[in-house]
Amino acid sequence: MTPTLILAIAGGVLVAAGVYLLLERSLMRILAGVMLAGNGINLLFLVASGPAGEAPIVGADPEAIADPLPQAMVLTAIVISLATSAFLLAMSYRSFQLEGHDEVADDVEDAIVRRRAEADLSSEAYVDTAAGDTESGGRAVDDSEAGGRMETETGSRSEDEDVR
Amino acid sequence: MDLSNLVPVPVLLPLLAAGVTLILARHPAWQRVVSGTTLAVVAALALVLCVAADAHGPIVLWVGAWPDGLGIVLVADRLSSLMVLVSSVVTAIVVIFPSRRDIADGADGAPVSVFHPTFLVLTAGVSNAFLAGDLFNLFVGFEILLFSSYVLIMLGATRERVRAGSTYVVVSVLSSTLFLLALSIVYGATGTVSFAQLPERLAALDPGLQLVIQLLLLVVFGIKAAVFPLQAWLPDSYPTAPASVTAVFAGLLTKVGVFALIRLQTLLFPESPLTDLLLVVAILTMLLGILGALAQGEIKRLLSFTLVSHIGYMLLGIALGTGAGLAGAIFYIVHHILVQTALFIVVGLIERVGGSTSLARLGGLAAVPLLAVLYLVPALNLGGIPPLSGFLGKVALMDAALATESPLALVAVVAGVATSLLTLIAVVRVWQRAFWQERGDDDDRVHSLRVLPRIWVVAASALVGITVLLTVIAGPLSDFASRASVDIREGAYQAAVEEAMP
Repeated sequence: MTPTLILAIAGGVLVAAGVYLLLERSLMRILAGVMLAGNGINLLFLVASGPAGEAPIVGADPEAIADPLPQAMVLTAIVISLATSAFLLAMSYRSFQLEGHDEVADDVEDAIVRRRAEADLSSEAYVDTAAGDTESGGRAVDDSEAGGRMETETGSRSEDEDVR
Repeated sequence: MDLSNLVPVPVLLPLLAAGVTLILARHPAWQRVVSGTTLAVVAALALVLCVAADAHGPIVLWVGAWPDGLGIVLVADRLSSLMVLVSSVVTAIVVIFPSRRDIADGADGAPVSVFHPTFLVLTAGVSNAFLAGDLFNLFVGFEILLFSSYVLIMLGATRERVRAGSTYVVVSVLSSTLFLLALSIVYGATGTVSFAQLPERLAALDPGLQLVIQLLLLVVFGIKAAVFPLQAWLPDSYPTAPASVTAVFAGLLTKVGVFALIRLQTLLFPESPLTDLLLVVAILTMLLGILGALAQGEIKRLLSFTLVSHIGYMLLGIALGTGAGLAGAIFYIVHHILVQTALFIVVGLIERVGGSTSLARLGGLAAVPLLAVLYLVPALNLGGIPPLSGFLGKVALMDAALATESPLALVAVVAGVATSLLTLIAVVRVWQRAFWQERGDDDDRVHSLRVLPRIWVVAASALVGITVLLTVIAGPLSDFASRASVDIREGAYQAAVEEAMP
């Protein structure tokens, strides 16, 4: 089988452009990237399907017809990418409604863990065993050392509660 | 009746019930009855399939009986029927939990009536992925379950859920795109996507191309299974969803990825186990996952990290490429689906009773003894305390690893033991803080299980009971797992598919 060079190159360019857009934070650009990459891969399916031929209808000469299976797969893939686009659009609109932009934010809890690490505090789950058998249990440790969390937490949690 | 006609039922029945529950949108109680019954029926059928596959070998159905193997083939061998059985048992129990309020889980105005239809479609997708007899149908199964999971993880679309859900959706879409790419390469190179024909045709390819295909599929399934270094999306996105959703996601969705990895490594590339690469990945997954868990102050996130780390155990079993390793991995998957779901459900109860899942805010839950037992049993099971099934699964895996006598496998065993101990530390910390820490003076809530609907307590107890039962039936189950691994490794799959071809 000799693959069509132009299709392969076009598919490669589309996928490359899609990957570039996928690396962005904005959901709209990610959506454009997903669509480009998806279409690029659909082209690659055409490359995989071999030479062109007649319409694959039952009863036609099996040698003359095009391979119908990749076409069926591409059709499925197109339907799925339609649904993906619709969902991503809705998600990006919702994100725009809530935040005023559609950029994906960092993980809040991760940021807390990172800040505690930078401030050289113990992790929140840490239980000071020396203080463990006194009345305070783990809580005293938490009150004195939880500064890092408190700041960030009041920020994120109060937003959270607004929504609720 | 021909048993092979039962094979598509675990896919069709939930889809049908999804339609019915959509009609019943205004009657939440009926929705619950319909989805509970459906999944229970699917579980019963899966048990029949399991027994039949064990007795007669893989059960194959060529859907539509198209000539010359043109149609879609569904295969229930020992492994996939066991997976369908466990997944439908778990979903049947979890689906009876959420009332309207819990589904919304703080998100006012959430369209809670879509929960049951979406959940049922999710289970249909999971069953389809397990039963699929070709790569493309596996892809379709993945898409079905992913799309339902997008909806479920963002139910109500609060700020927090949209943020976490965005990461999840983008990562999943990316992995689907890669899967499609892999499919086009596979089809272009071999002219087929059928699991039965691929092994032979793949083996005839250029070794370099074989490796490309294998690594591409490893990445795709690695993302789904949350294997290091492709695991970062999981602890971020799972914890924000409603408790029952998180429970099913944590229990099932990553295991579908692990299941696909087993199919890939045993069925498609039996000659290329990539043992060293996968062992290193397994070791890193175990250790980094559990170290992440130790840094967390929020129970759901902590459990999400333990989930990642325990995927490493299953990967260890797959990496070894031996029958014993595979049997250990299969046993561990069953154990882990049940235990992880039970733990997340119990955390849902903790959240309702204690009002939070943050370790800094919880305390004094030991006043509720039943809740304490419900937490402690699966937690110790996860940590691998004998004689519970977690211990047995880990021993089986380590036994298999030591039998290969490779130095890297020995390192993996050491890492496995360390992970087991660190898991114990992580879950015992939760135990210590949430259950025994004194509560703050301002906290005058009365902790009692009475705030929960009784059916919750019953269902959670049932789930925990099943995890304990797993210990009792560990012998037959691990025999079954060994037979399943023999099945896979000795070509029973291909033979059965060829034989059933119309």
